Amino acid sequence: MNLISIIIAALFTQNFVMVKFMGICPFLGVSKKKETAIGMGMAVIFVMAISSAITYAVNRFLLVPFGLEYLQTIAFILIIAGLVQFVEMFVKKSMPALYSALGIYLPLITTNCAVLGAALLNVQNGYNFIESLIFGTCSAAGFALAIVLFAGIREAINEKDVPISFRGFPLALITAGLMAIAFMGFSGFTI
Amino acid sequence: MSQILPAILVVGGIGLIFGCILAFASIIFAVETDEREEQIAEILPGANCGACGYAGCSAYAAAVVAGTAPTNACAVGKSALAEKISAIMGTTAEATEPMVAKVLCGGTCETASNKYEYFGVPDCVAANKISGGAKTCPFGCLGLGTCAKACPFDAISIQNGIAVIDEAKCAACGKCVAACPKHIIQMVPAEKKTHVLCSSTDAGAAVNKYCKSGCIGCKICEKNCPSGAITVENNLAKIDYSKCTECGICAEKCPKKLITGKKEVEE
Repeated sequence: MNLISIIIAALFTQNFVMVKFMGICPFLGVSKKKETAIGMGMAVIFVMAISSAITYAVNRFLLVPFGLEYLQTIAFILIIAGLVQFVEMFVKKSMPALYSALGIYLPLITTNCAVLGAALLNVQNGYNFIESLIFGTCSAAGFALAIVLFAGIREAINEKDVPISFRGFPLALITAGLMAIAFMGFSGFTI
Repeated sequence: MSQILPAILVVGGIGLIFGCILAFASIIFAVETDEREEQIAEILPGANCGACGYAGCSAYAAAVVAGTAPTNACAVGKSALAEKISAIMGTTAEATEPMVAKVLCGGTCETASNKYEYFGVPDCVAANKISGGAKTCPFGCLGLGTCAKACPFDAISIQNGIAVIDEAKCAACGKCVAACPKHIIQMVPAEKKTHVLCSSTDAGAAVNKYCKSGCIGCKICEKNCPSGAITVENNLAKIDYSKCTECGICAEKCPKKLITGKKEVEE
């Protein structure tokens, strides 16, 4: 039951982009086309699932025993950056097809605050290993959901005759705001 | 001290471990890339226009190194680039004939009439769906700039109601040819200056009604061409560029003055 409520919260009621406003940079930058949005979403899911697991282990077995919880942010940044680099090399060597699909997005994720946010929230919420993994993956899935929906809307808007002063980013930001309001509709929804 | 030491050791240790892992990984997972591929990708224009038939400049570079693409496929870089690529690959380049895109319509705001006023989305494809656009001539340039938007090199502008291509900027990628809903943009040899600026295959009487600069198929050019390069088919003069010597006689004789390239009289 607890896991289901974590999944629902991560996907909808506490959506990283729409409710917590994390990962806005790639959300606006990589959402011009649906294909790139899907690629970015998949890359974020991939990295956040792995980083949630690794940061949980580091926090539990290194930081807590030495009483170094105050170093979480620095340690997690270090781990995520190193991890993304490693994953990029590994994927490039062993899965060229996956690399050509996700490759250019992986370095962008290194400094994505959504990834760091998931790691820190796992600790703050006191999740165990399974819960951390589920929360990380589903938060990333929530990010992917938001960015793909947003890209679909932006593609549709691009074909319309928009007043010149609203073309491009102005209307994209208004659209993002309206989407955030729509996601607020989930906020009363708890299990 | 007992507070600081574990902090330094733990964070430093994590950094050191990750550094070592990454250093080893870069050796273990090193992917052999052909350095020629990087060199070629560097000298390519980088516009990713796709005129070569590959997904982008880097895809073309990979195909050249793999031996599946010719060295002269880049229409943007023309012969000069083909030579450089060939030098990297160690082969000789076949010469490419430089091409440019040309809008074959001379129906400006003054010469061509409109059948209605168009207030819709400023896009030729959209306008073309409403009984073929505002221009009375069913073959005329609609002048709403769909080609200009498609051009990755900013070479097309709308002047006096028709699209005009800046030949100096045109890289012959063919994007505008594909974008034009009227199909009146053609690739022509860059060195030729004689063009028939009309695409109408309507009969002369009909053309006369809607456009002052439309080809009426009078065949005066065909009769006067000394090298037999111009033929009139379907009421429209067409130039065979392989035969055209650019003597300029057709341009001079054309009663509608729609053939360009009148040669300045040489002394």
